[in-house]
Amino acid sequence: MVTLGDYLLVSGVLFSIGFAGVMLRRNLIIILMSLELMLNAANLSLVAFSRFRVDSSGLPNYNAQVFVFFIITVAAAEVAVGLAILVALFRARQTTDVKDISSLKF
Amino acid sequence: MNSFLPWIILLAPLVSAAIITLFTLRWKTLSSSISIAAVLVSFTCSCIIFSHRTATAAEFTWINISGAFQVPLGLTLDQLSRTMVVLVSGIGAAIHIYSLGYMRDDEGKSRYFAALSLFMFAMLGIVLANNFVMLFIFWELVGFTSYVLIGHWFYRDAAADAANKAFITTRIGDFGFMIGILMLWMATGSVVFTEMAPRMATLAVHPPFLTIVALLIFCGAVGKSAQFPLHVWLPDAMEGPTPISALIHAATMVAAGVYMLVRVAFVIQASHTALLIIAWIGTITAVMAALIATQQNDIKRILAYSTLSQLGYMVMAVGLASSDAAMFHLFTHAFFKALLFLAAGSVIVMLHHEQDIWKMGGLSRKLPITFITFVVGALALIGCPPFSGFFSKDAILALAYERNTPIFFLALFTAFLTAFYVIRLLVIVFFGEPRSNIARESRESPLVMTVPLIVLSLLATLGGFAFFARNFLALPVEKEIAIIVPALAIVALIVGSGLAIALYRNRLTEPVKDLELLRHKFYFDEAYSWLIYWTQELLARVSAFVDRWIIDAGAVGGSSRGTWGIGALLRLIQVGNLQGYVFLFGLGVVAIIYFAVFR
Amino acid sequence: MSPFLFWLFASLTVIFGAAVVINRNPVASALSLVASFMGLAALFVSLDAYFVGIIQVLVYAGAVMVLFLFIVMLLNLQAEERRRINWLAAAGGITVAVILLVQIAVTIRRFEAARQAFPPLARSTDDVWNIGALLFRNYNLPFQIVGVLVLVATIGVVLLSKREPQ
Repeated sequence: MVTLGDYLLVSGVLFSIGFAGVMLRRNLIIILMSLELMLNAANLSLVAFSRFRVDSSGLPNYNAQVFVFFIITVAAAEVAVGLAILVALFRARQTTDVKDISSLKF
Repeated sequence: MNSFLPWIILLAPLVSAAIITLFTLRWKTLSSSISIAAVLVSFTCSCIIFSHRTATAAEFTWINISGAFQVPLGLTLDQLSRTMVVLVSGIGAAIHIYSLGYMRDDEGKSRYFAALSLFMFAMLGIVLANNFVMLFIFWELVGFTSYVLIGHWFYRDAAADAANKAFITTRIGDFGFMIGILMLWMATGSVVFTEMAPRMATLAVHPPFLTIVALLIFCGAVGKSAQFPLHVWLPDAMEGPTPISALIHAATMVAAGVYMLVRVAFVIQASHTALLIIAWIGTITAVMAALIATQQNDIKRILAYSTLSQLGYMVMAVGLASSDAAMFHLFTHAFFKALLFLAAGSVIVMLHHEQDIWKMGGLSRKLPITFITFVVGALALIGCPPFSGFFSKDAILALAYERNTPIFFLALFTAFLTAFYVIRLLVIVFFGEPRSNIARESRESPLVMTVPLIVLSLLATLGGFAFFARNFLALPVEKEIAIIVPALAIVALIVGSGLAIALYRNRLTEPVKDLELLRHKFYFDEAYSWLIYWTQELLARVSAFVDRWIIDAGAVGGSSRGTWGIGALLRLIQVGNLQGYVFLFGLGVVAIIYFAVFR
Repeated sequence: MSPFLFWLFASLTVIFGAAVVINRNPVASALSLVASFMGLAALFVSLDAYFVGIIQVLVYAGAVMVLFLFIVMLLNLQAEERRRINWLAAAGGITVAVILLVQIAVTIRRFEAARQAFPPLARSTDDVWNIGALLFRNYNLPFQIVGVLVLVATIGVVLLSKREPQ
């Protein structure tokens, strides 16, 4: 029997992997992809809870799924803009290495 | 009787030392006159005190810590003290006058006399002190002035080293002494001698404690009176001027150890084990020093080892539980040893500071008065009747015969050796033909040096007789001494002298060459050097290890690396490294989750 | 859904997710991410969230990942060469991620409800209708705003990727 906890655990593992990817990889594209992984982990968690909370008429709580809908949309927009910035950066600096973009200093 | 008169005995030399040091260092004659005047004042007052048997001295309280620890400043004037005071100031006076002649051409004459006065102050302090703390203070002061006087010619390395050696070696003994004093105070609650003696009875239930305390107190005497194993400083102390050798290292300072043991006999005689150990150490010292003396070639060294040997006799007597015999020998020894040293000094100065006996010879004709006084002293030293040494040494031998047979035989053997090396010295220096030009051209010393010699020789002759000595000391009980003791002593004397005359008559160099062990003083100095080297080496290595690994690498290195590490971590915030920011962000999230969920 | 299928798709998702992070070639990373999304979509379907599952495939795997691959091709990104790894930074990063995972796991463990089975659903759940009704009734305003957001994003992308006039 698969329980809610299992889904949440999978979500947690995905999230940690994504976070590690953001911290450890130097290539900006990979960082953006890891970011997507983190978002999707959150989505999985939301959908699991949505299925778990069943109301009196036998329907899952769709609020969470609406939330997931919004997340997917916003994530798509964000990826588009992010990649556009990446392209602009690459055109300016010829590099996608995150260590070379260090102007955001204290 | 004016109760401040005893204080004058003590303070006159101190005043003299202060005046010379502070004001008159430039005027040598004035300084020497002040010093001599002070010691004569002390001597006069000592004689006055001596004749008034009921004199007491004013006492002052110095330290008083709510009754738990009280140290008065007081003088004790029993027969022992009075005798010692007369002895010390008398011989001191003779030596002051003699020094006028010996040091007449010396550059540092003023500071010599200042130090000499300070020494008189300290030595008189030891014999007059009525409590342990005062005794200890003067004890240390005597050690210091001895250091100054041995190193009088400090620009000579040998003299400076000898002064250091003397001070450091006696210091080692003083360490044990101090612990002993503290233990005694802890046990009896007081440091004043007269208060402590009755309280010793309560300690009788703790024999080990008594033994340890007695032995620790004895440590002080081992250092100051140059007993085995701390004897190594005395022969080297001969680097000082000869009058100093006479005063400090023959008659007074080294006797201070024996005096102290007699003063606190109530402590020492409470433990039989301690007494036995003390007697054996005295015996070992006596025998060992006599053996070494037979192979020495410096006139002062021979006399120094003979002092060591006679001190061994005195300590042996203390160990055999007779303070009277020890004091008697101390008394006679002071006279004849001072005499011998001063006579030797006369020889040395007249031979322009030559000290090797193999460069002397035939001096009986060149320095007649010195010769005669030297013979008197020598005969007293070897214990030839009717001179004083015979009576006092005999008393000790009789004691040993009664109480401890092995020690008796060793003491007899030492008497034989004493006769041997003394007659050896006499024959080589004064008889035969002069062996060098300096000896050939020598002549007699001036009056300022020969008069003290004559006075001391009279004392050496008379000092042993009961009618004289009874006024000063409690003589060892003149009961039936088995006639065998003086008989054996005289036999040993004759055999020793005969052997010496036979071996050393008309020789140009030392005939007995194979006794390396004796000539090198049983290699004690080498052994101690090795010991000190290895102790310091060990300490140095441990310190180096601690310094390199614990302090440098650990504390200093650790804190520097720690700071560097924290800095590196904190640097992440600043450098513009995106992933550093993410890392810190992650740390923050982890921390928040921890505090939110798990606390 | 049978546990076997769940664990199959879950491990698929996780393994390809790890592959995204570990691969040196960006193209391989992107394709791994696609596979991961597919697994995720399967998981959504297993949770009876059919609409979200299809949306996941259509939008994420279909549009977003295609965009990623376009950019990779455009910039002609090569596989990274082997480089000296800064072990200290790597250790630090992995430690934080692991601690985070441990904390999540422990929290899930403590959560009582997580051990219960999923309650049964009514026989017919019309996903699309229900979500649509909720979306256009309760969440109409956010929906419109998101529309504007997407418009803004489009404009922004066009602006950002304009080449400077030579």
